[in-house]
Amino acid sequence: MAVIRDVMPAFQLLQPNSVTDAHDLLAQHGEDAWVLAGGLDSFDWLKDRIRKPKVVVDLSGVEELKGIRETANGLEIGAMTTLTEVANHSVIKEKYGLLSQAAELVASPQIRNQGTLGGNVSQDTRCWYYRAGWPCYRAGGNICYADTPVGRNREHAILYAERCVAVNPSDTAPALIALDAKFAIRSAKGERVVDAEDYFVGPDRDITHLTIIQPGDLLTQIRIPSTWAGAKFYFEKVRDRNVWDFPLLNVASALSLSGNTVDRVRIAVNGAAARPLRLKAVEAFVQGKPRTADTGEAAGKLAVEGAVPLQFNAYKIPLMRNLVKRSITGVEEVKWAS
Amino acid sequence: MGILEWATDPWGQRVPIHIAWSLIWVALIGGLLFLIIHAIYVAFFAKQDTEAKVIVAPSPTSTANLPARIPRHSLAARLFHWIMAAAMFVLLFTAFLPKVGVQFNWVTYHWIAGLVLTASVLFHIIHASFFLDFWSIWPDKTDLEDGKKRVMRWLGKPVPHPRKSAKYPIDNKLYHAVVMLCGLAVIATGVFMMFRVRTGILPRNPYLFGDMTWGLMYVLHGLAGVGFITLTIAHVYFAVRPDKLPITASMIVGTMSREFYLREHDPERWVVSGQSASAERRGLADAS
Repeated sequence: MAVIRDVMPAFQLLQPNSVTDAHDLLAQHGEDAWVLAGGLDSFDWLKDRIRKPKVVVDLSGVEELKGIRETANGLEIGAMTTLTEVANHSVIKEKYGLLSQAAELVASPQIRNQGTLGGNVSQDTRCWYYRAGWPCYRAGGNICYADTPVGRNREHAILYAERCVAVNPSDTAPALIALDAKFAIRSAKGERVVDAEDYFVGPDRDITHLTIIQPGDLLTQIRIPSTWAGAKFYFEKVRDRNVWDFPLLNVASALSLSGNTVDRVRIAVNGAAARPLRLKAVEAFVQGKPRTADTGEAAGKLAVEGAVPLQFNAYKIPLMRNLVKRSITGVEEVKWAS
Repeated sequence: MGILEWATDPWGQRVPIHIAWSLIWVALIGGLLFLIIHAIYVAFFAKQDTEAKVIVAPSPTSTANLPARIPRHSLAARLFHWIMAAAMFVLLFTAFLPKVGVQFNWVTYHWIAGLVLTASVLFHIIHASFFLDFWSIWPDKTDLEDGKKRVMRWLGKPVPHPRKSAKYPIDNKLYHAVVMLCGLAVIATGVFMMFRVRTGILPRNPYLFGDMTWGLMYVLHGLAGVGFITLTIAHVYFAVRPDKLPITASMIVGTMSREFYLREHDPERWVVSGQSASAERRGLADAS
């Protein structure tokens, strides 16, 4: 049977110009609606005809969802703010450089111009079995094609795999978790605000979603408290092609130091599991200890405890161990000449 | 609305992947409808037969030497029942709550409860086969004859009253048979499905069977699973019905009153110790 590619199925395009209208449309159409932000994840699904929504709600005309505002408590970033704006914003660069670094490492300049912060944290996994439309667990089936003896799973999970071994591909997500960001979600019950780490779900809780967003929900804003403004940040992303690729792994840390002793710390990694992981055990271990190579080494070992490699991704264990170590000690990666 | 979900696997084969989850609601509503209809039937239409049963008095010889409390379920049998019941509730909640929107980490609890159920059922098979009266739970010729009489009377035909039941009434025996079939189905398929998840007990091997076999296994597991929704509703309903409470209580304390025994059971079909020497041996075995 021929597979039609690059021709999107017919759908009704709805273009609200306010959050209220957008939310009303999403509530009205429920599971039939598809939320279109920058379109970089959406158009793959639609062109490959894997997803065939009846209605697409295009948020590009909702100005309320765009822009970065400084508040008394930190920053408010509209979910439709582009990654380029996030990466280049002066306040973010100055006070919350971790997010700026993460956003700047997403894909290519063209994609960052189009892609949004809300879209980057809400995008679906890149597992090719799933995205090819096979009836895997994540698609509602009863098997994980990647977690088989011959499955191509080099990019897949080493931690918290529960039937599905797909990983979350977001670069900004771990940075937002490290910055203790809050996500504002509009739903039929009103607005609720959740911690960044609680925005994401693993397959143990919901195997068909990467986030808590349900039909009718709309991510409107990402709020960054001033708690970690000006802290010592570290972000590193490892990918196959440094010019443009999803992360094999990335790490984000925020440290507050007294001399060389770690007062407070938040660390998150992504690409290791279906949700970005905040490493609470590592944080507890590092807190109060000197920021040394020994501390980083021990933290790295702690971070990968319980990791279970698949057939082709065992390299992720030492990689994650070293990234966590570097996120504590602050040793930067080798800079590539561009 | 279909009863199965189908998909095309990477080899182009169209395979079933699981039951349609709407069957959960069918089973739930079916169970609730059953109990409502049964309760109405018993309250308004079956009264005459209940009264008829009361007036059939046991012969004085059959009641001689009966203890005040009639032993019905041994401690081992009761422990099995409640462990199996606990496992069944865990299995039902962990299987179906996530399907109706209550998200939690259910897989681990599910297979652990499944192992408990499997172990308890294995124990029950051995216990019932070698230490209890194995045939007491299976319908016999008298049950079939009495079942026919019940149906005829229910249809208004003038046939004699059926006899009182043996240790287990015919509906209890039929329920046991259905539960056994569903139970063996979920256990057999569930054990194989453990090869699909990481349990630390069985080596993970999703290629143990082909996609079609796996799909049919998931379908059978699902059908028997939703069947247990209805079966559990029916079981709990009968357990809390006032006329069945002495039976329910016997599953806790192990005994039932002599009066209830004589009113509901035929001493010649369920012989309890305290009667003839041979009957005593049978009764002890039967009541253990």
